Amino acid sequence: MSTEVKEVKKKEPLFSKKNRGLITDPLNDSNPISVQVLGICSALAITVQLKPAVVMSISVLAVLSIGNVVISLLRNLIPSRIRIIVQLVVVASLVILVNEVLQAYAYDVSKELSVFVGLIITNCIIMGRFEAFALANSPWKSFLDGLGNAFGYAWILIAVAFVRELFGSGTLFGFQIIPHAWYIDEGGFYSNNGFFLFPPMALIVVGIIIWIQRSRNTKLIED
Amino acid sequence: MQDLISLFVKSIFVENMIFAYFLGMCSYLAVSKTVKTAVGLGAAVIFVLVVTVPVNWLLENYVLREGALGWLSPELAEIDLSFLSFIMFIAVIASIVQLVEMIVEKFAPALYGALGIFLPLIAVNCSILGGALFMQQKDFGTIAEAGVYGFGSGIGWFLAIVAIAAIREKIRYSNVPPALRGLGITFIVTGLMGIAFMSFMGIKL
Repeated sequence: MSTEVKEVKKKEPLFSKKNRGLITDPLNDSNPISVQVLGICSALAITVQLKPAVVMSISVLAVLSIGNVVISLLRNLIPSRIRIIVQLVVVASLVILVNEVLQAYAYDVSKELSVFVGLIITNCIIMGRFEAFALANSPWKSFLDGLGNAFGYAWILIAVAFVRELFGSGTLFGFQIIPHAWYIDEGGFYSNNGFFLFPPMALIVVGIIIWIQRSRNTKLIED
Repeated sequence: MQDLISLFVKSIFVENMIFAYFLGMCSYLAVSKTVKTAVGLGAAVIFVLVVTVPVNWLLENYVLREGALGWLSPELAEIDLSFLSFIMFIAVIASIVQLVEMIVEKFAPALYGALGIFLPLIAVNCSILGGALFMQQKDFGTIAEAGVYGFGSGIGWFLAIVAIAAIREKIRYSNVPPALRGLGITFIVTGLMGIAFMSFMGIKL
């Protein structure tokens, strides 16, 4: 979290205090996943391992920040009745680009993500931010808002993937973290909890993250 | 026929949109506060899936896939438009959703009021585009299979949202730790339901 804030501070004039808030708020107080409840669909399905989760986060970052700028530039031209279709076309074109890039440079990850790259189109974070922010704000602010929300999405995704990969397969980014000698086969005491690899555990891990977050940040608690 | 029935059962239980793939979670979490609205949204999703999956199947097989344009003229047979599939699928979905919205507004204004913003948002419900993309991936041979798959996935989604809405109505009377109230407990309950649905995984059809 701190690295993003540092980068922001260097180029001061464009980053007034309010603009900085656009990036930092989504990390906690208005986190897209745990508070706004947007973009859950893809967040859960691709968090078995860290690598696809990181690739997914980067893809969403690209689509969301560029899309926000495009929609914000077009905001005075789009008739409000057909705005959803316009938004979908913008996202779909960006996602096609991301998909082609992934297939060219990261083929195995793109196979692993399968339909979930396409599902970035219907990722509610993207439509939600277009509707709630880009349609009413200047391109630069929208860009920052896109970055902030993508980071907020990314940290939850990466946290869930971290827990699931570490406990589920004993690895991180595919490298063995739990020493081989600990495993029962090798005469040790440890064995991987295969349950973490199943989809329902992702929901429970997110539920627990929300629990922790809300106990620390009590103003988020619902009725 | 037997294939179709097993595909139907499989798409409802084994490959349930919510519990196996987490598709359509956003509206699933947001609209599941009462059973009544959940039933309305679930029915709308079934309808949209039943219509869009076969339409997208036609699009995939007669326009987009490699060699699909061969029925027009042999020279076009080499064209591969599959990179356009995302944008075509979403365009079909968005227009059909617009249609459903107009029909519901005309014939069931009460339901229209209750569903509010979520009706247009069916267009961005991941389960609809997900249905189309899984249809593309599974490579169905006939339009009947695509239709049955759409119907089954819709029913699976409907069951899931109605079940969680009923549970949430009851949870209101329970003493949940404050920080877990609302969203947190819903996630955990959905996870537990997902574990229950995993028992269908062993079924071979």
